[in-house]
Amino acid sequence: MNLHELTIEQATTGLNQREFSSVELVNALLERIEKLDGDIGAYITVDPDGAREAAAKADQLLAEGVRAPLLGIPVALKDLLCTKGVRTTCASRILENFVPEYDATVVSMLKNAGAVILGKTNLDEFAMGSSTENSGFHITRNPWNRDHVPGGSSGGSAAAVSARMCTAALGTDTGGSIRQPASHCGVVGIKPTYGRVSRYGLVSYASSLDQIGPITRDVRDSAILLNAICGHDPSDSTSADVAVPDFTAALTRFETDGLKGMRAGIPEEFLSVKGLDPDVEKFFLNAKRALEGLGVEMVDISLPQTDYAVAAYYVIAPSEASSNLARFDGVRYGLRESSAKDLITMYKKTKSIGFGAEVQRRIITGTYALSAGYYDAYYGRATRVRAMIRDDFKRAFEKCDIIISPVAPTPAFKIGENVDDPLTMYLTDIFTLSTNMAGLPGISVPCGFSATGLPIGLQMMATHFDEVTLLRAGYGLEQTLDIKGRFPDI
Amino acid sequence: MKITQKDVEYIAHLARLEVDETLLGKFAEQISTILQYIDKLKDADVSGAPLMSGAALQSNVFREDVVQNSPGPDVTLANAPQRHEDFYTVPMVVG
Repeated sequence: MNLHELTIEQATTGLNQREFSSVELVNALLERIEKLDGDIGAYITVDPDGAREAAAKADQLLAEGVRAPLLGIPVALKDLLCTKGVRTTCASRILENFVPEYDATVVSMLKNAGAVILGKTNLDEFAMGSSTENSGFHITRNPWNRDHVPGGSSGGSAAAVSARMCTAALGTDTGGSIRQPASHCGVVGIKPTYGRVSRYGLVSYASSLDQIGPITRDVRDSAILLNAICGHDPSDSTSADVAVPDFTAALTRFETDGLKGMRAGIPEEFLSVKGLDPDVEKFFLNAKRALEGLGVEMVDISLPQTDYAVAAYYVIAPSEASSNLARFDGVRYGLRESSAKDLITMYKKTKSIGFGAEVQRRIITGTYALSAGYYDAYYGRATRVRAMIRDDFKRAFEKCDIIISPVAPTPAFKIGENVDDPLTMYLTDIFTLSTNMAGLPGISVPCGFSATGLPIGLQMMATHFDEVTLLRAGYGLEQTLDIKGRFPDI
Repeated sequence: MKITQKDVEYIAHLARLEVDETLLGKFAEQISTILQYIDKLKDADVSGAPLMSGAALQSNVFREDVVQNSPGPDVTLANAPQRHEDFYTVPMVVG
C-alpha cells in the first residue's frame, strides 16, 4: 500500500483500524513533496513541523478511540486562505511575508475536524488567471505532462492532489478556478453554491463571485470534505443560513436508485463555442452517453446570454478586484516601499513593486470600468447581463436537474502559450464563469484523456444549494467510466 | 474602446498604481483589446433587466449590537510595516 495514493476514505479506514498512523501518512506525503515538488511547484509553503505536530495529536485521539471523518487526514490549502502563524502570500510579492493572526473559517473547521494542514499551494496571483503562470513566485507544472499548465487559478492544489503530494486540497473558484484545474489535472473539484461556504479569511478577489471548495481524488472525498466546510458563519454576511445535508448520502442514493428520473440539459449555445477541441467534444459526448446509460434523460435547453457572459464577467470581476485590492497600500500589512517621501508616492511604489502584470491589468481595467462616464456602459450593463444570466439558468432548471458541458474548450495548454494574450486566456473560462455569475454550484469530474494523454473533465451544474444532485450524478459517472484511480506517472 | 499609454497612466494614477514605463505600451494594447471585446455588452438588450451586484440570497443581515472583545493593538498591528506605539505610521500626508 502506498500511503500517498490513498483517498480520504481509504486513509480514514487505515487510520481507524490502526494499520498506519497519521504521522506515517504525513511523512509519506512530505517525502513525496521533498522529492517531486522542485519539479512540479505545487506548493509555496510547506509546514512539516506544524503538520507532524497536528498528525501526532490526531494519532493521540485515534489511540483514545476517537473516530471522525477527517481526523489525521493531510490536506493542502490554496495560499489565499488565511492560516494563523503560517504565511499566506496569495502568490503575490506584496504579501510575501504576511503571517495572518487568525485562521479562515474553513481552516478552523478543518482543524477542529482533526485534519492536518500540510502546506499552502500555488495559484495565479490573487487568483487572477487560468494557468497558475501568474504566480509571483514560480509556475506550477501539470503532473500529467510537465510542459503543460495545471490550469488555474487553483493550479497548485489540483497539481498537489494529482501528483499525490496531499490527500486532498481546498481551492477557490471565482470563474472556474477549482473546476478548470481539476479538469486539467484529472481530479474532482466542486465549486459550491455562493454562500454555502464561509469566505471569512479568504483573501478577496471578486467578493460576489468567490467561493471555496474541495479538490480531491474522487467524488466521495469531495462529499466528505464538503461536509466539513459548509455551514452558516456569522463572520461572513453573505454566508447562507441554510441547512447542510450529509453530502455523502448522495452517493448512497446513487447506489440504491442510480440516476433514474434525472434530467440533464445541454445548452445549445455551448456546442457552437469556437475552438472546441475534438478530444474535448468526443469525451463530452462519451460522458453524455454514459449518463444516458444510467437513466438520465437529455433535454435541450438554451442559455441565450452565453455570448455576453465572458464580457460581463471581465467587467464585474476586475471592478470588484480594483476595489478589494486597494487595501494593499503598504500601511497595515504586506510590503511597503519605504523610500517614498509622501503618502501617495508610497502607495504607488508599493503596489507597482508588489503586484504582477496581470493584477495591475485587472486593477486598471476595473478602475476604468468604474470611472465616471463609463460606469453605466460597463459595470451597470454587466450587472444587468448578470441578472439575465441568472434568469436564463432559472428557466433552464425548470426543464432539467443538471446542466452538463465541457469544463474548458481544450485540455491543458502549453506553458507560455497564452501568457501575452490575456483575452484568449479569458475566453477559455466560457463554460465555467456563468455559474459564478448566477451563484450556482458546479462540479468537474474526470471523463477522459486526450490523444496526448492529458486529462479532460465533464462539468455539471445544478440549481442553488443542490450539490447533492451534482455529487450523485458525478459519482454515477465516475463509477461508470473506466478511468477512476489513474495517476500520472510520477 | 481603444486607450492610449496616457490613458493607462491616468487610470493607473486613479488606482494609485505606477505602471513601469516599459510596460505602458503593452498594457495600452492589451487593455484596448480587452475593452474592445467587452464593448460587445453594448449590443446586449438589457431593457427591463435589474442590476445584480451580488449572488447572495439574502439582501441584508442584521444582528444584535453586542460588545465583543477586541484582539488588541499587538494583534492588529502585528503585520504593520511600520508602527509607533499603538499607531500605524505613514510618510508625510500634506507637504
